Amino acid sequence: MSVFSAIGEDREIDRDEFTPGIEPQATWCPGCGDFGVLKALKQAMPEVGRTPDETLLVTGIGCSGKLSSYFESYGFHSIHGRSLPVARAAKLANPGLEVIAAGGDGDGYGIGGNHFMHTARENHDMTYIVFNNEIFGLTKGQTSPTSPKGHKSKTQPHGSAKDPVRPMSLSLASGSSYIARTAAVNPNQAKDILIEAIEHDGFAHVDFLTQCPTWNKDAKQYVPYTDVQDSDDFDFDVTDRREAADAMYEAESRLYEGEVLTGRFYVDSERPSYGAEKRATEEMPEEPLAERYLSDDSEWERSADLLHHHR
Amino acid sequence: MWRIAGGSGDGIDSTSQNFAKALMRAGLDVFTHRHYPSRIRGGHTYVEVRADADPVRSRGDGFNFLLALGDSFARNPQEGADTVYGNEEIKPLSENLDDLNEGGVIVYDEGLLDEETIERSDLDLQARAEANDWHVYPLDLRGLAREHGREVMRNTAGVGATAALLDMDLDHIEDLMEDAMTGDVLEANLEILERAYDSVREDYDITHDLRVPTGDHDEQQVLMSGSNAVAYGAIDEGCRFISGYPMTPWTDVFTILSQHLPKFGGIAEQVEDEIAAASLAVGASHAGVKAMSGSSGGGFALMSEPLGLAEMTETPVVLIEAMRAGPSTGMPTKPEQADLEHILYTSQGDSCRVVFAPANVRECYQQTRAAFRLAYEYQLPAIVIIDQKLSGEMRNVDESFFDREPNADPGSVLTEDEIREAAHHESGKFKRYQHDAENGASPRSIPGQKDGRFLASGNEHTPEGHISESPTNRVAQMDRRMRKLTSIREELDEADRSHQTHYGPEDAEYGLLVWGSQQDTVFEAVDQLADAGESVKALGVSDLMPYPVQEVADFLESVDSCLVVEMNASAQFRGLTQKELGRFGPKLNSLLKYNGEPFEPYEVVEGFERIVSRDAAIPEGTKFVPAAGD
Repeated sequence: MSVFSAIGEDREIDRDEFTPGIEPQATWCPGCGDFGVLKALKQAMPEVGRTPDETLLVTGIGCSGKLSSYFESYGFHSIHGRSLPVARAAKLANPGLEVIAAGGDGDGYGIGGNHFMHTARENHDMTYIVFNNEIFGLTKGQTSPTSPKGHKSKTQPHGSAKDPVRPMSLSLASGSSYIARTAAVNPNQAKDILIEAIEHDGFAHVDFLTQCPTWNKDAKQYVPYTDVQDSDDFDFDVTDRREAADAMYEAESRLYEGEVLTGRFYVDSERPSYGAEKRATEEMPEEPLAERYLSDDSEWERSADLLHHHR
Repeated sequence: MWRIAGGSGDGIDSTSQNFAKALMRAGLDVFTHRHYPSRIRGGHTYVEVRADADPVRSRGDGFNFLLALGDSFARNPQEGADTVYGNEEIKPLSENLDDLNEGGVIVYDEGLLDEETIERSDLDLQARAEANDWHVYPLDLRGLAREHGREVMRNTAGVGATAALLDMDLDHIEDLMEDAMTGDVLEANLEILERAYDSVREDYDITHDLRVPTGDHDEQQVLMSGSNAVAYGAIDEGCRFISGYPMTPWTDVFTILSQHLPKFGGIAEQVEDEIAAASLAVGASHAGVKAMSGSSGGGFALMSEPLGLAEMTETPVVLIEAMRAGPSTGMPTKPEQADLEHILYTSQGDSCRVVFAPANVRECYQQTRAAFRLAYEYQLPAIVIIDQKLSGEMRNVDESFFDREPNADPGSVLTEDEIREAAHHESGKFKRYQHDAENGASPRSIPGQKDGRFLASGNEHTPEGHISESPTNRVAQMDRRMRKLTSIREELDEADRSHQTHYGPEDAEYGLLVWGSQQDTVFEAVDQLADAGESVKALGVSDLMPYPVQEVADFLESVDSCLVVEMNASAQFRGLTQKELGRFGPKLNSLLKYNGEPFEPYEVVEGFERIVSRDAAIPEGTKFVPAAGD
């Protein structure tokens, strides 16, 4: 039996397993979109057949970072912007784990932007959920990387002179192999997209629109929304990079004009994950490295085997 | 002591390494010292190789054989530039003369540095040679190399000439060439080596007395750098994950492990920046793997926050800090010991980490292993400090020293059976951070283990990991985490585990206190002082956190006065010692050096004279700071 008996366990999974035995009261405000992410994730997990003990949820800092407090699994509430490097190393160390990273738009597209670009580029087999509420919530309403141009806040009293980040376009250019946008107000689509993202063998990025009823009152509640897959206005091939780029650009622009466009924007099922690439060049072991440390019968090489180079 | 000088890209490094190895194979103890600029081609570069039948433990004082290859990339781009910036071509010769000992030998490549160039310069070579009894042998190394091979083989010609002038057998050098090269390249090099050897023998009257000594080793030797030893210590302690970003001089350790770990079933990751590098090591360790990262000053600064995360989440991790001269970009290829306070205290909140500064190749290996063992047993970051000096210096070590059992034990980790029996919170989470853990470390579970779920958080947290700002929980968790340092100090104080090194007679009147890479130079100074009749001993400190309070206090108690020797401008180690011990201020004088060059033994000797006699002069390039109240 594996030293990690939770991994690959074949059994019925109840969505209640992803709720703590005694549930703490969430720090999120009433009406917060973050509840929608929690709910969608709890619904998705049983569908993908993974249990709490084989799931590692790594979060950043901010309201979104509290997701790991209310979702029952192995959790790592890391530091601002650094959930991705922590998460991707855990996946390399033990590819048997289901690794999910989550954070806000400031966390992922601002302070952690460099890690976002490089983790996408490496195409790790993991899911990255970005709670995009176009605002810094926990620090009380400052302008964020996705706030619209002209956004006024205490730190931008004359209105932001910056164009917002285009999260999906950035993701595509960086190398993500699954890119979708969903919204907390659209629970069924959110669940389905999370299922696809988790099952996708590569870096799956979900830009999750989460309304902030406290600090972003002016913003839409992301209704009504349109699913681009169901819209007659949008007819594009999600596997075609150029068509996907155009569709993303449209969706990102129109968000600031009051039109909420959600759905799958890019899917590349052909590109091997980073782990597969590294195993192909023998730069990563076939068996999970983490197992080696807990197995009784592991053999370990010695530096003494290298000394002939030094004689 | 042989110094080979040229420009970067002239093969100085590989030539000197083979030369050192040949001397080691001939039965001598060797030590190398590397000096190079931060550039790819050209610039003033040299490597010193010191060899003796008796143990050598430092670069020594000055040197006595200069092989000035000339910088083949040198050019003064504009007429008149040499009067402002100096003549670039002549630097391999001119820059090295100040340290050349009396009676020394100079070989220079007259193929690059013709007589006219030398005369035109303000070098005054002939007069200085006469004054210092130097023996000068101009040789057309470039011509020889061109004739029998290619110009880049000038260094081989230089080695052949050296061997001839020092009466050294070519056998070991030829063997090493045969190991490293094949075909036409090998043939040409062997030809050049022998031609150079023969032509010196035939064409020159050898006027100097300097000869390679003869020696004998009892057992097989290996030539090893500090970086090698750190990397090998990590391998033997089960490290199979490294993440990093290139930065001099840390790159050496990073490169060695990146080459070996994949072959040993491990993983090496070069990532976007040092924040990521340290965070990856934390993530891999959290998932159950023995992991390390590291950098030099600037890159290590970026690791501050993940370092604190490791302290708070109690994730074991080993970091290497290979210091170079700061602040900021500083002098990238020059050694300094000015990152001590940065390493001890960087990251917000109270520090809870292990910090070791090994002094030499053996200690690099042993203390890297100890760092891993303690990091994983006590679940905290352990940092090994090296510097540009230690990183690149090569020494011979008994091969049997490395003949040790590996230890890949992941430390305080529970099995699934143990987790099942362990305490769980009502939420279902395993209590991974229990207040009452005796030595401070509460055993952990690894993601994927059944029923071991917990939340690791950079926020203060309850035993199962939930975020909490309760004052009683806060104090209990802080006290427990800080208790680890007390436990580790107790463990290290057991006699056989002390990392401190004592040198010299126990009842000596004066003391020398030193940390990290300058230790063995200071020990050599103790020998010189003893020969001169002084009553002096030294203590080399490696444990910087937790600090060996009792051991250092006993040492300082036993001496009348002490000189603290370190390579920085603000006496950081002296400050640490005073903070930790809270007394001895009036006994602690400082000898500081921060000009980019490590100490030479004579400088320590002269600095020592100052604590004995206030009138003694302080050697150029160093600074003396008297004890408090003096």
